[in-house]
Parts: sequence; C-alpha cells; structure tokens
Amino acid sequence: MKKRTITALALSVSLLLTGCSTSDSKSHAETINLLNVSYDPTRELYDDVNQVFSKKWKEETGQTVKIQQSHGGSGKQGRAVIDGLPADVVTLALAYDIDEVANNRELLNKDWENEFADHSSPYTSTIVFLVRKGNPKQIKDWDDLTKQGISVITPNPKTSGGARWNYLAAWGYASKKYARDETKIKQFMKDLYGNVQVLDSGARGSTTTFTERGIGDVLISWENEAYLSLDELGKDQYEIVTPSMSILAEPPVAVVDKNAKHKGTEKVAKAYLQFLYTKQGQEIAANNYYRPRDTELLKKYANKFPNIPMITIRDFGNWQKAQKQHFSDGGTFDQIYSTK
Amino acid sequence: MVLSIDQTDDKKKSKAAPTVLKEPKAVRITLTTISIAFLFIFLVMPLAVIFISALRKGFDVYVTSITEADAWSAIKLTLLVAVIAVPLNTLFGILAAWCITKFKFKGRNLLITLIDLPFAVSPVIAGLVFILVFGAQGLFGEWFLIHNFPIVFALPGILLASLFVTVPFVARELIPLMQSQGTQEEEASVSLGANGFQTFWHVTLPNIKWGLLYGIILCNARVMGEFGAVSVVSGHVRGLTNTMPLHIEVLYNEYQFTAAFAVASLMSLLAILTIIIKNIIEWKTSHH
Repeated sequence: MKKRTITALALSVSLLLTGCSTSDSKSHAETINLLNVSYDPTRELYDDVNQVFSKKWKEETGQTVKIQQSHGGSGKQGRAVIDGLPADVVTLALAYDIDEVANNRELLNKDWENEFADHSSPYTSTIVFLVRKGNPKQIKDWDDLTKQGISVITPNPKTSGGARWNYLAAWGYASKKYARDETKIKQFMKDLYGNVQVLDSGARGSTTTFTERGIGDVLISWENEAYLSLDELGKDQYEIVTPSMSILAEPPVAVVDKNAKHKGTEKVAKAYLQFLYTKQGQEIAANNYYRPRDTELLKKYANKFPNIPMITIRDFGNWQKAQKQHFSDGGTFDQIYSTK
Repeated sequence: MVLSIDQTDDKKKSKAAPTVLKEPKAVRITLTTISIAFLFIFLVMPLAVIFISALRKGFDVYVTSITEADAWSAIKLTLLVAVIAVPLNTLFGILAAWCITKFKFKGRNLLITLIDLPFAVSPVIAGLVFILVFGAQGLFGEWFLIHNFPIVFALPGILLASLFVTVPFVARELIPLMQSQGTQEEEASVSLGANGFQTFWHVTLPNIKWGLLYGIILCNARVMGEFGAVSVVSGHVRGLTNTMPLHIEVLYNEYQFTAAFAVASLMSLLAILTIIIKNIIEWKTSHH
C-alpha cells in the first residue's frame, strides 16, 4: 500500500507541475500578462476597467491582454513592489507611496508625476463621513467628531494611505478654523483622535469594523468607499454626510518602467493607464464613485459628487513634506496620539 | 499525540474494567457536560456556521463560488504546495527524529532546538525573513528577478514559507514516540545481521507508523491552512499567488461573504476528509 501511495503522490506532483508549465507557456505565446498592484478600495473599479480595456486592446491590436490584480494597504503594496513584486503598473492611494517606489532600485522615473495629465491622477475622491441611518448623533461637520461621547472609526495613518488623507482633511479644516494656530489645531486633532475607538491598518478594515462589526458612530472614509458600503450593505442602514470642507484626494498611477521593460510590456502598460483618462475610462471611474477629471462627466454626476471647498496636497507643500511633518516618527500624529 | 496511538488500547481497558473508576457520579457528569459543551461551542457551532453561511444563497451560488477561476487557481495552488511540502517535511521529520533518538552525537540538543524554532517564531517573521533574504533588496538582490526565477511573490517563496512553518510537525510527533521505544529492537535487528535500511524499513517504521501518520496529517493541515507567513511572501496576485486562506480573506474584504464561506467550507471539508481517511486506515490495519 505504501508503494502505491508514493507512486500516486509522485504522479500527482508531476501532473500538477506539467499542467502548470504547459498552461504557462501557452499563455506566454498568445497573451500578455499585466500586473496592476493597487490599493484596497479599487477592487471593483479595476474589475470593470480591466474587462473593458482587454476587449478594446484586443480589437485594436489583436493581442490578448490579461490583467492581474493585487490589492492591499497602499504602503504595503509599494513595499512589495520594492521587494520584487513584478508590477507593470502601480495604482496607489497617494503619491508618497509611488515616490518610495521611485526612490528604490531605479524602478521608475523620479519625475513620474508628470508622465500623465493631472499629476498622474486620472480620478480623484474626497473624504466624507459614513454614519448610521438617521444620523442619531447628529454628525454634520468635523467639529462634531471632537465632541465627547462620539466614537470615531478611521484607519492608522502610519500604515494606510486613506487614513493619511483623512488626517490631512481634518488638519486642513482645523487650520482654517483656528487661523493656522498650531497649538489649537493640535488640540483639535488630539480631541478627534482621542475619540477613535478602533485604529485599523487599512481603509477596508475600518469599513468592515464599522459595518460588519457595528462599532462606532462615524466612519471617516473615502467618498467612493462610503458609496460602495451603501451599495453592498444597504442604503437603509447608513447614510453619507459631506462635511463643509474636505480634501481633494488624488490617487496616482504610474508605469513601473524597469519591470515593464524587463517583461516587454511598456506599450500596453502605458496604454492601460492612458485608457483611464478616456471618456470611457472616466465614465467607469464615475460609475465606481470616483470623481472623474473630465469636467463634463463631473457635471453629469453632480448629484453624486457634491461640490464642496477642498484643499489639496499642495496646500501642505507636497507629499514628501506632509509625510515628514505629520506621519514620520515624532511627527504631529505621534505628538497628538501618544500624549492623549 | 501519544494518546491517539494508545487510543485503541484505552478503549479495550475501559470496557474491561469500568468499576475501576471511583469518581463520584456527579463529578463525572459535570466534567463530561463541560467538555461536550466546550466542544460544541468552540468546534461544532463555528463549523456549522461556516456551512450554513456558505449555503445561504443556495447551492448554485456555492458551486460557482468554488469553481470560479480565481477560487479554482487558489485551490490548485494550495494542493500543489501541500503535495510538495508535506513529503519533504515528512522525509526531513523522519530523518531528524531517527538521528536524534537512535544516536548520540554532538549538537543533538542544538538540532532539537532548531526544529522547534518555527513553533516559537511568529509566522509573519518567518515570511519577512524570506523577503529579507530573497527579496529584490535582499541578500541576492535582483539576481533572481533578472534571471526570471522569482522566489518571493511566486511559488518558490510560498513553498519555502510553508516548509518553514511546518518543519516541526512530523519530527515533534516522532521524537517522543521513538524515545519511549528505545533502541533495543534496532540493536537486535542489527545484531541479527540486518543493514541500516532493512532495520529502518522492517523494525523502526512499523513501530512509528501511527505517530508518523498523525504528524503527516497535522503537517498537511497546517500547510493548507497557513496564512501569516504565506501572506507576507505571496504578493496577493489573484489567480496566481493566492492560496485558499488568502483567497478567503480577499473574498471577505470584497463583501462576498457567501463566497468566502463557500471556500472556507471547502477547506473544512478537506480537513474533515483527512481525519476520516486517518480513521479508516487505522481501523483497517487493526482488523488485519
């Protein structure tokens, strides 16, 4: 019996191995594999984009392109690309994470932000609040998040891209309210983050905490993620509150030149990202609740995307400066969070 | 672990001599109730929940969730990793246990400690170690990438991580067993003229087969179920480097709760199946 098991095992191993290798060699000949390393909330967006783009590329060039997806926290994904994940394109939550990729192993041009239009961010979003239906705690604006007895859910800015946008949006509001008085701003942020009950490591984790586990009165969230929660988990359970002021979140995209060159996918990788700027691509973005750059489409979907005053990352200088001032060790986040 | 081997003996004993039990009836009933309640709450109920949630949207949804391309590739990858990692660790476990229990040599204790290391180290650290060694900024730099043989974020990395976390299972199962059996039988065999391999095949192996089988089953379960270490080295590329546990997480995070539980139920079925196979083999051998 033992011998038979061993032969059976050996057979199944060889079968599996040959099965894999033949399918691999076949796909090399006929299809191009493109790996898009992205952050958490874009799963649904790129599901749609990939389908339409593959079809379009096939029609235009006759080549079959198969786009593979990897999702996770933005910083973690950038790290994986640096460590050797062979991404052809990166579509991350913020420019800082792509800067990090550019700073290592010469993976891409340091001037990547000017490769595509609009600082290489084909779609934008903003930061809004998701509250329980009927808004029982009457949360209207950033001030309400600092009140006693309010339980806030937001991810950790140290690990999550979305969380950094959340933090900067709150900072921007306080900065305007207190006329740039840093002591008062910090007190405001301290009160706000003092109310945070669960600090998850990623945006999707926070959403699950708020919705599935039912913790917290308000979730600070990407606008697109908030809309998605309504769709997936019920409009009868939550509602979106848009604050009086927020931040223009610009998730950037880039071709990872070194990997694309090595795999010979530069052309299709570039076309893939350019597709995001086309009418078709912009429409898909809008349907997935990302704010399109296209002004016509933005008007068309104005009821979905309320026009509110927004600061941008350039109000903080740039991501390198914002990162250093707020999120590096000893930055303002450490100051307000550790001394609470 | 040794318990399971003596199980059959225990049953015979308890049937033969129930009067030996002197504990008051109340104590026996309370203890039994507590253990059954415990098993029910921590084992039966969660298992039932998995299957109920998996079938909540009907059998069709269940079937599509596990035959869908990404799920199917995750299943194949998990089985492939198990088929490679389990035999390798079985071989290593037998060799290590054989060395440690039948011979005395310098560094024997060091070897025992090393085998235990993966139990002590967090799986996340185990994964990170491979990133530090084989990652593009690791010891070997981009050498593997340039030569189109990626280690991390590909099958070899997932294999290495799985091997690392499951090294102790077979060896740890065999060492106490072989220690308690001593070396007399082997000495007798050798003195009667058998060579090393004959001694191992005809004397040692039959003695340890149940412990070995138990170790293999534990090892297999862990290989298929490993999340932490594999998560670090996988890169999470769908349809390519996601194993079943990683795929379950992906589905759960995509609000596809039913599909997540469907794949989870498949993993539970695999686990239940291994236990049944173990029992069948045990039963068959005891009847021959």
